[in-house]
Amino acid sequence: MPTRAATSLRSTVRGFRGSFKLGDLTLRVLAGLVLAYLFVPIMVIIVFSFNDPRGKFNYTWQGFTWENWLHPFKYPALAEALRMSLNVAAVSTAIALVLGTLVAIALVRQRFRGSRAVDTFLVLPLTSPEVVMGASLLTLFLSMGWPTGYVTILIAHVAFEISFIAMTVRARIRGFDWTLEDASLDLGASSTRTFFTVTLPLVMPGIVAAAMLSFALSLDDFIITYFVSGSTVTYPLYVNAATKAAVPPQINVLATAILLISLALLVLGTTYRRRKLPR
Amino acid sequence: MPGAAGGARRRSRIAPYLMILPALAYLGVFYVVPFFSLLRTSLSTMGGSVYLPQLTFAWDFGNYGQALSDYRDQILRSFGYALTATVLCALLAFPLAYVIAFKAGRYKNLLLGLVILPFFVTFLIRTIAWKTILADNGTVVSVLGSVGLLPSEGRLLSTSWAVIGGLTYNWIIFMILPLYVALEKIDPRLLEASRDLYGTNRRMFGSVILPLAMPGVLAGSLLVFIPAVGDFINADYLGSTQTTMIGNVIQKQFLVIKDYPVAAALSFVLMALIVVGVLLYTSALGTEDVV
Repeated sequence: MPTRAATSLRSTVRGFRGSFKLGDLTLRVLAGLVLAYLFVPIMVIIVFSFNDPRGKFNYTWQGFTWENWLHPFKYPALAEALRMSLNVAAVSTAIALVLGTLVAIALVRQRFRGSRAVDTFLVLPLTSPEVVMGASLLTLFLSMGWPTGYVTILIAHVAFEISFIAMTVRARIRGFDWTLEDASLDLGASSTRTFFTVTLPLVMPGIVAAAMLSFALSLDDFIITYFVSGSTVTYPLYVNAATKAAVPPQINVLATAILLISLALLVLGTTYRRRKLPR
Repeated sequence: MPGAAGGARRRSRIAPYLMILPALAYLGVFYVVPFFSLLRTSLSTMGGSVYLPQLTFAWDFGNYGQALSDYRDQILRSFGYALTATVLCALLAFPLAYVIAFKAGRYKNLLLGLVILPFFVTFLIRTIAWKTILADNGTVVSVLGSVGLLPSEGRLLSTSWAVIGGLTYNWIIFMILPLYVALEKIDPRLLEASRDLYGTNRRMFGSVILPLAMPGVLAGSLLVFIPAVGDFINADYLGSTQTTMIGNVIQKQFLVIKDYPVAAALSFVLMALIVVGVLLYTSALGTEDVV
């Protein structure tokens, strides 16, 4: 690249290349420190998954053991809570995915009166603090006399997932070549068939990304769930209750396992994308 | 576009409305209606017992007066903490986002993956880990103590700084990512030109990089500030009774004390303050593309 060569020549000539390098190094060190900071608690979580705590709380290091990893589901209530969280995440994501994707496609594909208002409206749930969303849903359920539990958790999760999904899908499918749809219609395919064989495959990568985000958000949600859960216990709710009574190291084991699974999915996702690229 | 006319002919006019209807109806019922229900609760009076509370709608604005006077400290503290955490997030995120955007080369995607990875661990467990790290008998406290850098309380856990630190850590990802996106968009040739033009790195940073990164800082600030100001987990786990925030009060009033009207009024005060704050902030910076 001629520009880069010219710049390096110019900077050599002017002689502030040395000082720039020093600034560059400081910047890299700072960035490295911030990255390390992000991992400090994660390391603590992983290390403490091998702890052999004497008392009820897994807060101070006592000694190394494999025991926790050999019996990750030793506490049935913890396993049950995790299963509940996975269930809520899967079901709510499936529902929100249908609703959110339809909106995203409509917003990108079609010009219609009021589309800007719809856009703004979709952003609103993203800008409301969780505590307010949880509280307002609780007042609704209370005034309706609905008992809080699994169904109300699902309702709440779908409510905050729709916007995230619509925004993610919309961002991913903007600027695609939609004339392919017209081509399909011109070739005599019905509009239903066009949707399933042309439109859906085009938007699929966006849908997958949105589904993963939504699933992760649902699995992680504590604040909204706390308000509308009744006596149903999800994984974060179990962890919160545990800190008041007893914190088994299995919490750390499962957290580490979820981290490793996410890492595996991340690596798989990037290699899959890389393999598809050359075509 | 020849295809557009054909498409419009074939596609019905009501199709987009049919596509947006389910989601809008859902959000109408489970996002908009709850707000009115919250508003109604905030203007009601409480009767009955703790076990069977009776709410009567009465245009009772007294709940707002009570919320504002009883919890003024928590309101001010929440905004102070969230603001400090937002500034800290921006300061910490900048070097990392900058290096990933301009210096990472082929490691760019790897670094982005590493940045996101910690956030796959449940928020609550991350916060509990900080509790272990900042504990009174922990390494961090003894090291800081020997250097003389401990806050006046002589400890880290249960101080304001622990809560602010937790808020910063838990939402910094929402600053790093938009900042990275904004920096990544900057044309490298622009940097070369500005280096020629301004000479010093400091002037280049001030007059080229920072203005172009502003949309990222703006979006990041909102994404950090809004969840942080309403949070109660960090104050609950890392703080003390001296560091309670609005979220703690709302949560306790709703779920423990069950004084629904005051809690609802406080939720509305929080929302109103956020909306006003966001409008002032966006108009002051003059950027419209928040999302």
